[in-house]
Amino acid sequence: MLIYEKSRQGRGSSLLPACDVPDHPLPEKDLRAEAPGLPQVSEVDLSRHYTELAHKAHGVNDGFYPLGSCTMKYNPRINEKTAALPGFTGVHPLQPESTVQGCLQVLKETGEALSAITGMEAFTFQPAAGAHGEFTGLLLIMAYHQANGQTQRTKIIVPDSAHGTNPASAVMAGMSVINVDSDESGCVDVAKLRELCESEEGQEIAGLMLTNPNTAGLFDPNILEITRIIHDCGGQVYYDGANLNAVMGIARPADMGFDCVHLNLHKTFSTPHGGGGPGAGPVGCRAHLAPFLPGKTVEEKDGVLTLAKPAQSLGEMKDFYGNFLVAVKALTYIKTLGAEGILSASQNAVLNANYMMAKLRDLYDIAFDTKVCMHEFVMDLSRLLKETGVSAMDIAKGLLDHGIHPPTMYFPLTVHEALMVEPTETESRETLDWAIGVLRDLHQLAHTDPEALHQAPVTTPVRRLDEVGAARHPVLRYTREEA
Amino acid sequence: MGTYVPNTLPQQQDMLKEMGLSSMEDLFAHIPEEVKYQGPLDLPEGRSEMEVLAEMEDIAGKNRVFRSIFRGAGAYHHYIPAMVGHVLSNETLQTAYTPYQAEISQGVLQSIFEYQTGICELTGMDVSNASVYDGATAAAEALAMCRERKRNKALVSAAVQPGVLETIRTYCFGSGMELAVIPEKDGLTDLDALASMIDEETACVYLQHPNYYGRLEDAARAGEIIHETKAKYILGVNPLSLGILKTPAEYGADVAVGDGQPLGLPLAFGGPYLGFMASTDAMKRKLPGRIVGQTMDAEGKRGYVLTLQAREQHIRREKASSNICSNQALCALAVGVYLAAMGPEGLAEAARQCTAKAHYFAEKLEEIGFTVEQGEFFHEFVTSSAKPAADILAALEEAGILGGLPLDEHRILWCCTEMNSRKDMDEAVSILKEVV
Repeated sequence: MLIYEKSRQGRGSSLLPACDVPDHPLPEKDLRAEAPGLPQVSEVDLSRHYTELAHKAHGVNDGFYPLGSCTMKYNPRINEKTAALPGFTGVHPLQPESTVQGCLQVLKETGEALSAITGMEAFTFQPAAGAHGEFTGLLLIMAYHQANGQTQRTKIIVPDSAHGTNPASAVMAGMSVINVDSDESGCVDVAKLRELCESEEGQEIAGLMLTNPNTAGLFDPNILEITRIIHDCGGQVYYDGANLNAVMGIARPADMGFDCVHLNLHKTFSTPHGGGGPGAGPVGCRAHLAPFLPGKTVEEKDGVLTLAKPAQSLGEMKDFYGNFLVAVKALTYIKTLGAEGILSASQNAVLNANYMMAKLRDLYDIAFDTKVCMHEFVMDLSRLLKETGVSAMDIAKGLLDHGIHPPTMYFPLTVHEALMVEPTETESRETLDWAIGVLRDLHQLAHTDPEALHQAPVTTPVRRLDEVGAARHPVLRYTREEA
Repeated sequence: MGTYVPNTLPQQQDMLKEMGLSSMEDLFAHIPEEVKYQGPLDLPEGRSEMEVLAEMEDIAGKNRVFRSIFRGAGAYHHYIPAMVGHVLSNETLQTAYTPYQAEISQGVLQSIFEYQTGICELTGMDVSNASVYDGATAAAEALAMCRERKRNKALVSAAVQPGVLETIRTYCFGSGMELAVIPEKDGLTDLDALASMIDEETACVYLQHPNYYGRLEDAARAGEIIHETKAKYILGVNPLSLGILKTPAEYGADVAVGDGQPLGLPLAFGGPYLGFMASTDAMKRKLPGRIVGQTMDAEGKRGYVLTLQAREQHIRREKASSNICSNQALCALAVGVYLAAMGPEGLAEAARQCTAKAHYFAEKLEEIGFTVEQGEFFHEFVTSSAKPAADILAALEEAGILGGLPLDEHRILWCCTEMNSRKDMDEAVSILKEVV
């Protein structure tokens, strides 16, 4: 039942004291005709309502969450504790700099740590999410080309395996998108890329957006050649940090030849996803792009931290300094793990993914079949669908009945019946063995009783939902008439 | 070193061995040697939970938390009901992913549906999305929503929050949308200037109400001027003020946006906050980001799903209405809890107290020699004084009070909320009396 349906006229909580100054009524013409129809509920109603909602949700604490490309690692509790310190939550964003030295230290230290991990020289924390970071990075590239008089460089190359935000961000940055197909190994087709960059169109290329390892969990062996080809034609190379969890302490984007990068603190650096946000998408760049960074960056003068606008800043991506408390959580995580722990996180993320892949590959086809993958792998269920009529969606829904959050479905778009599995480093071998067992059982069930999987899930609070109906006759809010 | 890896070293070795590998390095053998990082990362060693907590407490201790705050300008100090923090600390709601797997995400989906309902109730608009990053990006996204083939110009009032205007500039730099700023006159948007600037190529006009100076705009008249040319009217509002103030819908707005921070989110050095966006039914398919809709499951049971996804980047890629993917869902949950805890009467009371206290404080400042800029205001107002603003604010700071925001050498933008007790205001006045 909705909280609005639990509302009863006259119920409420006593939260505010009586006003201790004379009332000051505003003119009638400025006032709303009717009070907003907000719920009128008692505190116990509220408490039980949200407990009930939590029971109908699935967090990382509820069970295994091998959601590819999303890095659903465990979210440490200490991070929540530090981000809730009144010394952070009680600070106004426009306080004098001398009174926010702690906040500036958080931004500075987190930036330095991310620089160490990526090899980038400077970071901005203004971007609020991965897509916002992409948009920021692409505007950086645009600002850089414009400052160099290269205003014709408005085309960005995006591989077909890229996340949908890549092309969408490019359009917002005023770029047009050139899609390049992957080769049969799932990586960038170097010959095609070279042909494109060496053609006349090369002079119009602003850059390339790349995720490495890519969305199929493969580290592109030609990465140095790829970045060189782009640089040779005058372009810049953008690193989508969605998959950084595979390579921390192992390979740095700067050393691969990338010019700028966004990171997802809510993936790689263990901050919770919050049911869809807030995340944080800090953008790092090499020195030549740093003067164009948005917002203000932290500088140190005689032991005092100050905020300064970069010389040719592209402007503001949002108000203030980004999702600050998310940076507090990420810094807490980095301090806890340290250099060795960060490396170990990536190693174990890759180990766990390879272990699962090795134990499933006799039953499930692995897309772009390689000996080893990075932190995730993609299963292609086309053959299973053909043989049994059971789709990737059916297997995913079957997993729900076992308390496992399904892998990412139908992504990347280059694989037809894709299930993308990313176990992360925070799962034990026992959990992996159990999940492997479930996936193997479901594969068998697909052959013996496919109908059972078409019907799944049956143990969840609701069964499969009518998405087509929802879009055709949109009901997007509660209205009292319905009650 | 701290770690969250459960597998012991012997387990790791066993797993490698079962795959025919001998060491972790074998997993990375396919990475070209030239790009491999040599040596340990340039980071300190990992530490225990106890040490890290102490270190973070030290860092937090370097900030100054003012016991009395008279500063707003886009971030507001309000009472946050205990229930908000309690719900947000629920580990399931906090750590869940975006609710793409609807069957196990009904709790998250329902909370967003309730949030959307709350935003519609507050603004009077028909449809709300599930949130964007903050009020500034909400305004920038709203401009993009209104862009049409033959209408590529946006007019934005000079009397809006500076960070909002700057964010709009950045988004327009990207999209190529033409931007012009409507000048202000006596602390309000110059509506005569608006009337002369608007034309058939104007896609939309953005005003903030109450505006940056806390003043109430003639938002109804602005709407009439804007709609004469069939441009779209975007109104930025403080959601807490809507406990009593006329709604964007009543002013004829096509899109209402704002920052949800006043509704249950801490100041937190500027974020995470949340941008809300609501529109008329006619514009719902142009809204960016996620939207939750009601539907039925296979057994006819009511349920909720992400819907109208044909607008979004994961379906439309370069043709999407926006690139937004992650939003501020947990902040939207906070807003939902806040609105339900406060209820219509609680929200109206908070808004009334803001107005009453700001007027009380303004009056007191006037009595001791400040000039208060004239005009109807909600909970922020501007003063000027002969004495430099810096001296005035320094005197307050010394006493643990965060004064208003200096706008220039002599003008200060003050804010009062239900958090400013009469005692605190009187104390601030007695300090100011000595310096003004």
